[in-house]
Amino acid sequence: MQPTSHDFKANAHRALGDPNLQRAMDMMRTGFPVNRAAAIARLPEFDALRDEGIAIKNHVIANLDFYLETFEKNVVAQGGKVHWCRDAAQARETILGICRDAGAKTVTKGKSMVSEEIALNDYLEANGVTPVETDLGEYIVQIRHETPSHIIAPAVHLVKEQVAESFRATHTHLPPDRPLDEARVMCDEARTVLRAKFLSADIGITGANFLIAETGSSIIVTNEGNGDLTQTLPKAHIVLASLEKVVPTLEDASTLLRLLARSATGQEFSTYTTVSTGPRRADDTDGPAAYHVVLLDNGRTALLGGEFQDMLRCIRCAACLNHCPVYGAVGGHAYGWVYSGPMGAVLTPSLIGIEEAGNLPNASTFCGRCESVCPMRIPLPRMMRSWREREFARRLSPQAQRWGLAVWAYVARRPRLYRWVSAMTSHILSLVGGTRGRFRTLPLVAGWTDTRDMPAPEGRSFMSQWAAREKRS
Amino acid sequence: MADSPRVALFVTCLVDLFRPTVGFAAVKLLEEAGCRVEVPAAQTCCGQPAFNSGDRDNAKALARQVIDVFKGFDYVVVPSGSCGGMIKTHYPELFATDPIMADVANALAAKTFELVSFLTDVMKCDHIAARYDGVATYHDACSGLRELGIKDQPRRLLKGVEGLTLKEMATPEVCCGFGGTFCVKYPEISDKMVSDKVADIVATGADTLLCGDMGCLLNMAGKQSRLGKSIRVRHVAEVLAGMTDTTPPIAAPREKR
Repeated sequence: MQPTSHDFKANAHRALGDPNLQRAMDMMRTGFPVNRAAAIARLPEFDALRDEGIAIKNHVIANLDFYLETFEKNVVAQGGKVHWCRDAAQARETILGICRDAGAKTVTKGKSMVSEEIALNDYLEANGVTPVETDLGEYIVQIRHETPSHIIAPAVHLVKEQVAESFRATHTHLPPDRPLDEARVMCDEARTVLRAKFLSADIGITGANFLIAETGSSIIVTNEGNGDLTQTLPKAHIVLASLEKVVPTLEDASTLLRLLARSATGQEFSTYTTVSTGPRRADDTDGPAAYHVVLLDNGRTALLGGEFQDMLRCIRCAACLNHCPVYGAVGGHAYGWVYSGPMGAVLTPSLIGIEEAGNLPNASTFCGRCESVCPMRIPLPRMMRSWREREFARRLSPQAQRWGLAVWAYVARRPRLYRWVSAMTSHILSLVGGTRGRFRTLPLVAGWTDTRDMPAPEGRSFMSQWAAREKRS
Repeated sequence: MADSPRVALFVTCLVDLFRPTVGFAAVKLLEEAGCRVEVPAAQTCCGQPAFNSGDRDNAKALARQVIDVFKGFDYVVVPSGSCGGMIKTHYPELFATDPIMADVANALAAKTFELVSFLTDVMKCDHIAARYDGVATYHDACSGLRELGIKDQPRRLLKGVEGLTLKEMATPEVCCGFGGTFCVKYPEISDKMVSDKVADIVATGADTLLCGDMGCLLNMAGKQSRLGKSIRVRHVAEVLAGMTDTTPPIAAPREKR
């Protein structure tokens, strides 16, 4: 996927003017936070569980090599194979290689953001393999030739009328005048269409929420059961996961699952939690003949030991997106690449470069709501600020902004000059403001005064009034 | 008065420039709570604009200046959760790897408080005699709420204000879209956020909006004024200090002097 993060402002402008998107965002902004808050209120030990989860993840990050090698050993012991991939290209080639060896024509896919990160669908299609997304939201964005706008709710940017329209345009074998105004009806239609795809797929690709070192298993959670059909029906199952997904034990995964569901959708547990361990054994009733794990680094290990290391704790619950007022205003596509919201603002620059993604860590008010809801307590605002520091140090931030800052800092570092400037500014502005008490326009801050008034200073600055008062007494 | 605490007021840039009444209200509240108040003349800005713009050198230089100007007091009190949070949570972070400065930054952080929470948590005020006629809604400024844990304190004091009814908006904890330089770097997104905020305020039916941070207040006051609403927007200290008669609300028309 060609990033458009450098065009964030233009993307945001379009998003703010898109009535369907705004309707969808209105629903999103209220739904997720209310559900999460209710789920957490029902679990008084949530904060203690958070600390436990953080300790698990920190321990894994500190011993990543050990747990990855243990994981591989156990995958092999179960009859599976692990493919270590340094970057996106290597992961794509590995997956295509597995498809070719199996003579695969179509692959079904469970939801996977890593597959978006490596732009797998385009690559498979270009090489004669047809990918079919089976998560409902993913299926919708696929038939619309879009990308997911949210890491757990890929089609959250759409309203149901748009989905109905896309279904009519795609499912042309069905009567064009069929009623499609209810979500239930659309779900049933998608289910019927996808059922045939599940049965004919040669290979199933899923992501992983967790990889279990002690057993060599992978775990996915879904609310639709599509992951189960994706991984058990075809001849081969490919698990595509980034390497920080590994945890030591099933017990650890269950701790994290309790955090994940509550933080993500406000559920106590996702509807389906599916553990898969190796290919089909002799006495299994179903399962794939081959089990592959494609383990992707793609820049993760470069975060180890640095100021962004804590980002590796992320369990992709999307609580930060769901609570971010900026995400809630513009939606996920405005961010211009795979990951959006606060976690995207931190992760994207490290994956595609701060030159391309500089806007993302800047487009935050540092309101801190993301960090406050993050089950892994990832200091997202602090890390966005770290990106701004790198930008500033490399002079990548806009020149006008750096000059403005330099002039302001020059004055602020000289208290006498500062008092004089502040006294003059408040005096002049309050005179010009007159009796209106506000400005409709003001030079240098047109961005503000285009849409809101600028309150006028009351009169003389506090410091000058205080000095006068001290002199009198 | 010998054992009354010696408190330095950190005025903040926006109070100094836009709303001196808040500074005088803070002095009044502190004195009434039994503090000896001083206003160090050499204070300027806490350095947050530099810090949040990635300019660590200027942020550190301004932090050193603040640490120097405000040493020797029992407490430093700030009528803003944002500037207060900068001193209390971010100064220690700025100097974390500098053993000498870390100590002094931590010492200043430990004695720095946002005004309202200082009155309730340190000076143990649970009632302030004041009168204000109106229905008010309170916006939780982000830094105060999430960096300093200010939520209940202003509400507790406001409940004691005669004539004032507090009515909560649906999402008082959602950012108003000010965000310091954010509002000029991404004005369209900022405007969307403040528009939603004003809609939430209007939906309460309150005639007054209170908050403890000038940045948010300027933003929300400016938006409601542009939309032609006539909500009275004030810093919470003005109401608690009973100083609402002398100064019109933020962005409201005023009489000729």
